[in-house]
Amino acid sequence: MSWPPARRPGAQRPEREYEKVAAPKKGRSASAQSKPGRSLALILIAIVALTGGMFLSGHTTPRLGIDLAGGTSITLEAKADQGSAINKANMDTAVEIMNRRVNGLGVSEAEVQTQGDKNIIVNIPKGTNSKEARDQVGTTAKLYFRPVLAQEATGAAAPSASPSPSASGSSSASPSPSASKSGASGEKATSSSSPSASATTQGRAVTDALKADASPSASASASSSPSPSASSSSDTGSTADAKLQAQYTALDCSKKSARTKAGEGAKPEDSTVGCGEIDGVWYKYLLGPAAVAGTEVDEAKAVFDTQTAAGWQVTMDFNKSGAKKFADITGQLAQNTLPQNEFGIVLDGEVVSSPTVSQSITGGQAQISGSFTQEEAQSLANMLSYGALPLSFQEQSVTTVTAALGGEQLHAGLLAGAIGLGLVVLYLVFYYRGLSVVAMASLLVSGVLTYVIMALLGPAIGFALNLPAVCGAIVAIGITADSFIVYFERIRDEIREGRSLRPAVERAWPRARRTILVSDFVSFLAAAVLFIVTVGKVQGFAFTLGLTTVLDVVVVFFFTKPLMTLLARRKFFASGSKWSGLDPKSLGAQPPLRRTRRPAAPAQTKEA
Amino acid sequence: MSKLGNLGARLHRGEISYDFIGHRKLWYGISILITITAIVGLAVRGLNMGIDFQGGAVFTTEKTSVSVSQAEEYAKDASGHDAVVQKLGNGTLRIQIAGMDTQQSDEIKNKLAEDFKVDPEKIAADLVGPSWGDQIANKAWQGLAIFMVLVVIYLAIAFEWRMAIAALVALIHDITITVGIYALVGFEVTPGTVIGLLTILGYSLYDTVVVFDSLKEQTKDITKQTRFTYSDVANRSINGTLVRSINTTVVALLPVAGLLFIGGGFLGAGTLNDISLSLFVGLAAGAYSSIFIATPLVADLKEREPQMKALRKRVLAKRAQAAAEEEQAEARGESARDPEDATPAVVGPRATRRRPSGKRR
Repeated sequence: MSWPPARRPGAQRPEREYEKVAAPKKGRSASAQSKPGRSLALILIAIVALTGGMFLSGHTTPRLGIDLAGGTSITLEAKADQGSAINKANMDTAVEIMNRRVNGLGVSEAEVQTQGDKNIIVNIPKGTNSKEARDQVGTTAKLYFRPVLAQEATGAAAPSASPSPSASGSSSASPSPSASKSGASGEKATSSSSPSASATTQGRAVTDALKADASPSASASASSSPSPSASSSSDTGSTADAKLQAQYTALDCSKKSARTKAGEGAKPEDSTVGCGEIDGVWYKYLLGPAAVAGTEVDEAKAVFDTQTAAGWQVTMDFNKSGAKKFADITGQLAQNTLPQNEFGIVLDGEVVSSPTVSQSITGGQAQISGSFTQEEAQSLANMLSYGALPLSFQEQSVTTVTAALGGEQLHAGLLAGAIGLGLVVLYLVFYYRGLSVVAMASLLVSGVLTYVIMALLGPAIGFALNLPAVCGAIVAIGITADSFIVYFERIRDEIREGRSLRPAVERAWPRARRTILVSDFVSFLAAAVLFIVTVGKVQGFAFTLGLTTVLDVVVVFFFTKPLMTLLARRKFFASGSKWSGLDPKSLGAQPPLRRTRRPAAPAQTKEA
Repeated sequence: MSKLGNLGARLHRGEISYDFIGHRKLWYGISILITITAIVGLAVRGLNMGIDFQGGAVFTTEKTSVSVSQAEEYAKDASGHDAVVQKLGNGTLRIQIAGMDTQQSDEIKNKLAEDFKVDPEKIAADLVGPSWGDQIANKAWQGLAIFMVLVVIYLAIAFEWRMAIAALVALIHDITITVGIYALVGFEVTPGTVIGLLTILGYSLYDTVVVFDSLKEQTKDITKQTRFTYSDVANRSINGTLVRSINTTVVALLPVAGLLFIGGGFLGAGTLNDISLSLFVGLAAGAYSSIFIATPLVADLKEREPQMKALRKRVLAKRAQAAAEEEQAEARGESARDPEDATPAVVGPRATRRRPSGKRR
């Protein structure tokens, strides 16, 4: 399950930013009051808690990308029956949309590509919920708002289907379908009695937030509303409509096969039939031409409606033209009587909800409410946000694939990385002696934190680690190490000026801190911008970069600095032992008493 | 350590220093040379885009006993390109090769069939599209553009616009060199390469900012003294952070070098090569450009400022005067010097930075 919680990490981000902003203050107070133990305890508790969480969650290794661990490969075949042609442009669009659906946050390392002329391969890494992924990529997600011309329950209430043909003769005959429907669901009947009760039942697709007066459009509705009334009443004689009418009459939505066929291949500008479920009963609908299309949805979100207890809903923001069309159609529909004041929200041929309208809705917002679970709502919102596929697809095969990089490559890489790290440790020991303990402990803490957080992010947001990310993490070692190298060099500079260790550690900190924050901010800026703007693997990279940058700051502030303060109190370091790496003599500290005169340093004459 | 520590100490005191600013023309020249080589390499050889960017051919075999690594070799022999081989759940192999058209893919199919000792009809060949489509690329460019603008604004506010420009030049310098070397070596460009380039972008800026931070600190009160020009101070600032620069570069480069030379070279981890090469070249270029390009460039730009020109004039005048006085003094056979000048001379190069602390003891 990689996409539905896509918004959640977004919600986490400000928190991290806050951490980053707040960190300096905490650091300052720590250095001022010199209570390094507290910071150390804090970070150790954090490590223990995170590690505990990791073991509790049962995901003790980071989820690996498809290049390292393999996964599932889904082959989809485009079907030609949707009206739009199977060509390169449509296939490319489909690939992009699927990529965004399955890879919403960019960290799940799924790959989508075309194969041949009409196939699309979707590779998802091991450990992803492949069934959900299949639903996500395969669903066309064509959404239309169509006015309802007639509606009735099928199945159990089948006999009542007979009145409907007669009703079709004129739009004013609508009472009969509504009557039959009210027989099927009493709940719905109440709403039919008064139009203003629109928002009560499942049909709360409409926010009546705006109390716009619908009366100006009153005159227009009867005559100028071409879609709902005209098609049903006057044109009954035309063959197409008669055919549709026959289809509607014959339609039995209680059968699954009939449901999938209903409205298949319908063009948006034609009337069609469809099925929808309300409280476990299947209704059939006769629907007018599409008034607003899902392509005119700007953004969709899954929200939990706490006020009306309607459960999970999907709210949509229309773009400008969509908002206008929506206002027009709702204005027209509000003039009609039930069921023709309803519009059907039709997703891939199925009526997911059919709210009634009591007035024109001009806010450019709409809601879909059905009996959604959280996952369904989020999945639908996700699909609506990223748009409908230009083609419909059929699953051809689902198979597992092995890692694109052989296991031996990973091992070789890990071995080489380990050797490189060993060299780093040797270098640090050679150059910093005792101080290298601080450096290595900081690296260790940072490594553990990175590992644990990545392991936890696997199940949380579908984060998957691929080979480039592993390499990026190795470079991050350099950046983390730089933070304390900057600090160490500052301390040494202070000692060279003749300070003893404890004041040197405290005096060096504010300046090192500024350097660290200024430079890390640049990295964080890069991560934030790329994460917000880009998609796919670049976004995944940005996430890793941001994570390691924040961890760098956290480790330096809450671990390296306090540890340094503590160690400065130890005799081994404070006395400037030869092996401490802070020996004033070998650092070339100025003797406390200076001769007043010394040959001027030669360095200054170079410019002349 | 004592020798290295000493080096640090002597750099710190300014007893030894390399005149980065004075020799800047040399380093500019070297950089321009490398950059031109890189651009020429890029223009002549072009980038060898991998299957993720340009698509290619995919071959699906029947259930086979040939191992993945064996198949990789066959595919490489047949096509001359690196191949991605995956075993599917039903025991068949999926082999992907970049940059093929239908005709080429037919040839390779026949060759593969020979290698696998099966009928060519049993290998399904198809063309695949890129998984890294135009949209991802466009969004990435867009993100980069926004980031560049923001980072220039940020640096202009946090430091000043001259430093922002210099950092940008250094960044472009690093990226060009890396891409150029990539073109010259001829490795296939994979998403890993792009990620590597982005990592470099971050690192290059990071490193430059660390050096600039020290530069900014040291030049804070530069107009309040008449001993050093901006270039002098800039030079001292680089030398002061030189130990940090060396250490950081070593620590960042060692693991990547491990990946590149040990992992790629001896253990034959082919795909690791492309990532670690771009990282290695980029990190090295990033460390180099912060010191040899970015800071001298800032000094160059700064010296054009009227304020700094005036300072330079004052400094040179003072030096000329001091020299003249010294000459006079020597002529008189006296060794006495201007007492005002003596005190800062002890503190040496840090005179501007920390005069108070120098006097305290």
